[in-house]
Amino acid sequence: MPTAYLPLLVLQALAVGFTALILAVSFLLGPRRPESHRMVPYESGIRPVQDARRRFPVKFTLVAMLFIVFDVEAVFFYPWAVTYRQLKLFGLIEMLIFVAILLVGYVYIWKRGALEWE
Amino acid sequence: MAPAQVDFVPLIPTIVVTVTALAVLLLGLWLRGEQGIWLAAVSIAGLVAALVFLLGLAGPAVSERRAAFDGMIVADNLSTFFGAVALVIAILTILLSEHVLLIERFSQGEYYALVLLTTVGMLVLTAATDLIVLILGLEILSISLYVLTGFARGRLGSEEAALKYFLLGAFALGFLVYGSALVYGATGTTTFGQIANVLRAPGASSPLLLIGLGLLLVGFGFKLSFVPFHMWTPDVYEGAPSAVTGFMAVGTKAAVFGSLLRILTEAFPALRAEWAAVLWLLAILTMILGNFAAIAQRNVKRMLAYSSIAQAGYIVLAVIAADPLGRAGVMFYVLAYTFMNLGAFAVVVAVADRGDVGTTLDHYVGLARRSPILALAMGVFMLSLAGVPPTAGFMAKLFVFTAAVRAGYVDLAIIGVLTSAVATFYYLRVIVAMYMSAPAEEPAPAPALRVPGPLLALLVIALVATFGLGIFPAVTGDLVGGTLALAK
Repeated sequence: MPTAYLPLLVLQALAVGFTALILAVSFLLGPRRPESHRMVPYESGIRPVQDARRRFPVKFTLVAMLFIVFDVEAVFFYPWAVTYRQLKLFGLIEMLIFVAILLVGYVYIWKRGALEWE
Repeated sequence: MAPAQVDFVPLIPTIVVTVTALAVLLLGLWLRGEQGIWLAAVSIAGLVAALVFLLGLAGPAVSERRAAFDGMIVADNLSTFFGAVALVIAILTILLSEHVLLIERFSQGEYYALVLLTTVGMLVLTAATDLIVLILGLEILSISLYVLTGFARGRLGSEEAALKYFLLGAFALGFLVYGSALVYGATGTTTFGQIANVLRAPGASSPLLLIGLGLLLVGFGFKLSFVPFHMWTPDVYEGAPSAVTGFMAVGTKAAVFGSLLRILTEAFPALRAEWAAVLWLLAILTMILGNFAAIAQRNVKRMLAYSSIAQAGYIVLAVIAADPLGRAGVMFYVLAYTFMNLGAFAVVVAVADRGDVGTTLDHYVGLARRSPILALAMGVFMLSLAGVPPTAGFMAKLFVFTAAVRAGYVDLAIIGVLTSAVATFYYLRVIVAMYMSAPAEEPAPAPALRVPGPLLALLVIALVATFGLGIFPAVTGDLVGGTLALAK
């Protein structure tokens, strides 16, 4: 049994060793030119407009959370679509039940006013 | 190709409760305030219907197993019993919460829907015969409870309790998932029956498997608050709204003990020596620490939290025994605990003011004069929790101690009896406060307490059950498996 895990151990050793090697090489050989723009979050990206820690409307959180729920729903559709031909009517009914349950949630958040911006 | 074996029949009670939860959630949008009584009525109707289906499903042959979905779900004696207990707990919880929701202006639709969804989790958990379904059930149960714990939004204690419960619950889930992964790695299957088959072969035990089993036990230990995994319990029980605390204390205990009993006896009978040794130590620690810590509590909710830790320690004795008598012991204890503990929480709810103020022992001083009914009921529940005959608590303790002695764990039974004697102190202290202490100085006599109707109904049911189970324990005969012949 333990010999079966030997390749994993070798892989682990290689991964750790390689990481250490790369870090050591860049530490030893890399040129060091301290410049001010090296301290920005995205060195070659868009210039930051202001500090990231700013006040943010909490409504975004709510919308983001609700979005996740319906976004994850889509994940379940893909495997269903792939196996649709095998599952036939059974799969269709199961999926309709799933969607119906989500619909209840949708009606609920709508009626509770979670989707209203003002 | 449809899944090899689709059989929705064992799931009917679960489906009924789920549909009820969705209906209540939607109805809650239109029914507000006083009309909320209809939501309670619909919830109870759904739960009763589920109970009828569950018991009808079991029918005359309770012990006949009916496996479904390739052995992931099962309907048998154990699932029927613990499922029925879960449904009864949910019904009693709704009676317990009805007037609290009005006073505290909680959103009633959401509250009832969450109670029902927690019940769905319990039903799935007790019927699960597969590690993945087990985790699924446990999570449905836990996530609903996290939200219920924080239901008193804006009350700091409740929010803190919810966060603490969520973090430690997620941590416990990690142990369970990792343990399941290791067990799967060692045996190549997640179904209980097949795990047992693999382990039956000689030399099947491996360090990987033992670590997996250990992690699973840690996960269960968190959920059942065994010492040393109990740290969250007092804070969460104290912070949560009292009605939720009562539900949580008996609900998780019933469902998770049912599941623990099933996984240990159906998946790991071959490793009995190993898990019994772990549970032996946990039981001793839990009984001793739970009872001694309860002595120091001045808050009745916190005292009941430690008491629930200690009671879990007694139930473990019967789990360790793992024979038919032990099984019956777990079942009977859980049933007795359900009624006496929910009854005690009903009194806590009735005594407390808006915002759960007034749960310390001082508020119980002179309760006998303010409300003789409440004081009498609380007295009975305290005596039952302490294990005084002729109450359910006495029979339950007799059961688990007998099971432990018969299985050769005399040491555990002795510790159990000794710590029970310690427990009498803090249970009796409540009675002393209610009946024998006079309020130090009372400018105006406290007004008599009015007990709302549903709460009174709950108290009567709990009282009848506490005495009924104590005097005629054989009424549970069929479901508990006909092994109640203690006198033999």
